[in-house]
Amino acid sequence: MDFVSQLTLFVLAIFLGVELITKVPPTLHTPLMSGTNAISGITLVGALLAAGHGAGLLINVLGFIAVVLATINVIGGFMVTNRMLAMFKRK
Amino acid sequence: MQISQNWIDIAYLVASVLFVLGIKGLTKPKTAVRGNLLAAAGMGIAAVITLLHHSIVSYEVIIAGLLIGGAIGAVLAIKVQMTSMPQLIALLNGFGGGASVALAAAEYFQGASGTIALGATGLAVLIGTVTLTGSLVAFAKLQELLDGGSIGFPGMKFVNLLLLLGSLAAIVYLVINPGNDMVFWGLVIAAALLGLLLVLPIGGADMPVVIALLNSYSGIAASAAGFVMGNSALIITGSLVGASGLILTQIMCKAMNRSLTNVLFGVMAEGG
Repeated sequence: MDFVSQLTLFVLAIFLGVELITKVPPTLHTPLMSGTNAISGITLVGALLAAGHGAGLLINVLGFIAVVLATINVIGGFMVTNRMLAMFKRK
Repeated sequence: MQISQNWIDIAYLVASVLFVLGIKGLTKPKTAVRGNLLAAAGMGIAAVITLLHHSIVSYEVIIAGLLIGGAIGAVLAIKVQMTSMPQLIALLNGFGGGASVALAAAEYFQGASGTIALGATGLAVLIGTVTLTGSLVAFAKLQELLDGGSIGFPGMKFVNLLLLLGSLAAIVYLVINPGNDMVFWGLVIAAALLGLLLVLPIGGADMPVVIALLNSYSGIAASAAGFVMGNSALIITGSLVGASGLILTQIMCKAMNRSLTNVLFGVMAEGG
């Protein structure tokens, strides 16, 4: 993908992200933060690619660390958001 | 099985749409649970389709990483006390930042070349490392491993400014003279110190706002890593989280009757 296409995606997604969040009731502040935190674990995609190259020990170690950390972020993030929201429901 | 890049990019597009719908859903009480599930489904699609990418030749490291990371993440999410949620989010966010740094370092040592890839690598390392150490300080303060009050020393802001300028200079140097590993590690150390010093002076009461801001940073770090790898999923999703996280930070500041500058520069809340 060329740089200009990348930049286009970047800028448009920034505007989309700004427009996406308007009014949020205070009870949802923490779950929303937790949910978007889990989404930022998209680094997992890059981590999988880096870990799968099979390009030498140092790269493998770094790729492994990236996969472990990103997976903790993703799995922990979505599960804990779900737990928080389930708690609100019961009230 | 291997599939063409077009199908992978289409799957990334589907995942991005699910993230947008997910974030939108999370802003309303009625749709919040569904929003979280949609976003999780998007992540599942993005991860599974990536495993089919032609550049992935070995799966041992990946499987080990997914199993270990998945187990740790699940245990953390299940075991944590409801009252400890903010520090868990801080910790998870720090891991996200750490993942971006490890990823950017892997790309760097694999021989990333070209002005844009190297510049983006440097930015991913800078922002990811600040997110990592800043989030760990936020975690330690909320967990009461560190004093919850303001920790600092005279001239701290000046030191921070020097660290930031030094980091940016290191990135410029790496773009012009690639392959100097000492400068690369110097950048990591300067960014790590910057993350520590930025969050140490902030009091425990303001921590939720700081975590929201660091969450926004981790999105930008992911996006920078996307520029390094030329990966649309990382660019779109990272910038989406970066921007929405910043807006959420502002909303949270308003709800607490604080201004973002006051939080960041350690001005105490009046009467609180």
